[in-house]
Amino acid sequence: MRNQWNKPRALVLVTGLYVLWSLIPVAIAVQFSFNDGRSRSTWQGFSTQWYVGEPADAASVLYDPSLRSALSQSLILAILTMLVATPVGVALAVGLARWKGRGAKPSNFLMLFPLVTPEIVMGVALFLVFDNLYDFVPFGTWAQFLGHVTFSISFVVIIVRGRLFAIGRDYEEAAMDLGASPWEAMRRVLLPLLAPALLASFAIVFALSIDDFVISQFLVGSAESVTIPVRLYSGARLAPPPSLNALATVLMVITIGAIVVAGLAYKYLGKRFGGGDDSALETVGRFEI
Amino acid sequence: MPTNLASGADYDTVGQKRWVWPGFALPGVVWLSLLFLVPFYAIFAIAMGRIDPLLSRPVPEWNPFYWDATVFARVLADLFGGQLGTVALRTVAYVFVASALCLLIGYPVAYFVSRKAGRWRWLWLMLILAPFWINYLMRMMSWVNLLSPDGQVNQFLSIFGVTAVPDWLAGHHFVVILGLVYGYIPFFILPLFAALDRIDDATLEAARDLGASNSQTFWRVTWPLSRNGVLGGLVIIMLPMFGDYYTPNLLSGSPRTRMIGNTIDQFINQTTSQGAVGAALTIVLMIFVAGLMLYYLFSINRATAESRR
Repeated sequence: MRNQWNKPRALVLVTGLYVLWSLIPVAIAVQFSFNDGRSRSTWQGFSTQWYVGEPADAASVLYDPSLRSALSQSLILAILTMLVATPVGVALAVGLARWKGRGAKPSNFLMLFPLVTPEIVMGVALFLVFDNLYDFVPFGTWAQFLGHVTFSISFVVIIVRGRLFAIGRDYEEAAMDLGASPWEAMRRVLLPLLAPALLASFAIVFALSIDDFVISQFLVGSAESVTIPVRLYSGARLAPPPSLNALATVLMVITIGAIVVAGLAYKYLGKRFGGGDDSALETVGRFEI
Repeated sequence: MPTNLASGADYDTVGQKRWVWPGFALPGVVWLSLLFLVPFYAIFAIAMGRIDPLLSRPVPEWNPFYWDATVFARVLADLFGGQLGTVALRTVAYVFVASALCLLIGYPVAYFVSRKAGRWRWLWLMLILAPFWINYLMRMMSWVNLLSPDGQVNQFLSIFGVTAVPDWLAGHHFVVILGLVYGYIPFFILPLFAALDRIDDATLEAARDLGASNSQTFWRVTWPLSRNGVLGGLVIIMLPMFGDYYTPNLLSGSPRTRMIGNTIDQFINQTTSQGAVGAALTIVLMIFVAGLMLYYLFSINRATAESRR
């Protein structure tokens, strides 16, 4: 056994400094979203005017048309993406895990490819295809929605697949020995067992979509389709008022909410049904860029 | 409706008809074919297509037998000896320096949190995971604010009487590189943390029992066992770094710090009618990162195959 009393002081110092360096800039940005004044570097007292202030006093997130539309666009896109990508991804995961035919291997690689493709490449590809081939899809919400679903499907497959392998086929076979039809066994045994992975997928797709910048920017149409990250990008260098910090803070709170839901779903539902594995966090961390 | 006959040749072990599983996969496969494969092919069709002489906009050529490599050849010529060559070299330099810094800073952090953090491990883990929940653009915006002329960095420096400061956001290599490190290091730390976390304590104890010193245990046991985590982490951060355009745009915006991603962004997003050049540049970028992509592809494939029982 190594000497437990020999504290690794240098490691604590490096890690502590790293954590401070990685979080203080963001903490300052959040702090100044509550500034009682236009400055983003001189503290003038606490106020929520940049969040909910009347338009006469401040262009707040609630009243400024461009900030408000960015918030609603991001939410709409994330909800639409979540509702479509999750079922398609879950079905693909189940299909790929059990399909042994000739097309299974290529389909598996087709599913993995979006995960390893740099976002800018996917952005260019989608932009060009909507511009030249699928020109019946208008840039803006529709194109962004199709793009977001495309990059989300593979994440769902990865999350659900881990759980599928952990469950195995024994439970379904047992249900059928007891007289259930194959479809009944799926609906009443497999689906409840997959519930934690399903809920986690919903939340993670929501978070992926609402945090996305590159695809949203390449497929942006008119001003109404600008999302929060795109708005942050276009406004950051133009000496913006603290309302931009407020918008970013709102996004952060929404993302944290989604991730907390995902984590809780995975942990508690996973426990209830047995076999919940802790690698979900790692899976998401690995692929979320 | 199939009946409960799990033995017939048309059924698999859970009694489903053979076509059921491909049927489940079908919507996803069709979706990815139409919205991933076809768009991917469109990059080539546009890069090797023609330019409409009247509208002066690119026309895709879907048949590879009629591909015209004029634009692509022009981009390649620029890559070997033109402006683009400088940009590509700069991109490679930025990515390598930033990745090396990520390794240098990230390894001790991941090592500490996974193996030495003790009782407060969960708290440290939360802290190193926190950047994941914060949008990349928000994190960059925070730095834009700190580094602006009246920002907190200059306020801090003026406490020590340092007032002769440059405009940090006017195109400095080190500012962009620090931005890249700041942006991507959490994505390096997490897979490395997982790899270090998996190392069995018994292995390290065995090394100690056999008389290895602390540093010998680290260099001859821990480090080799974490090498896959290091490689995985590096690939994960290098792929998006090669295609980054927003970090240099936000933290400098000067042509002095232009990366390949910036030229692609410029030809696709900012100018119309230059789609063919943008597409050709995207192919060049993919040639740069093809090795990384393949490594990553096969490592995910292996990881999922291993989790199968």
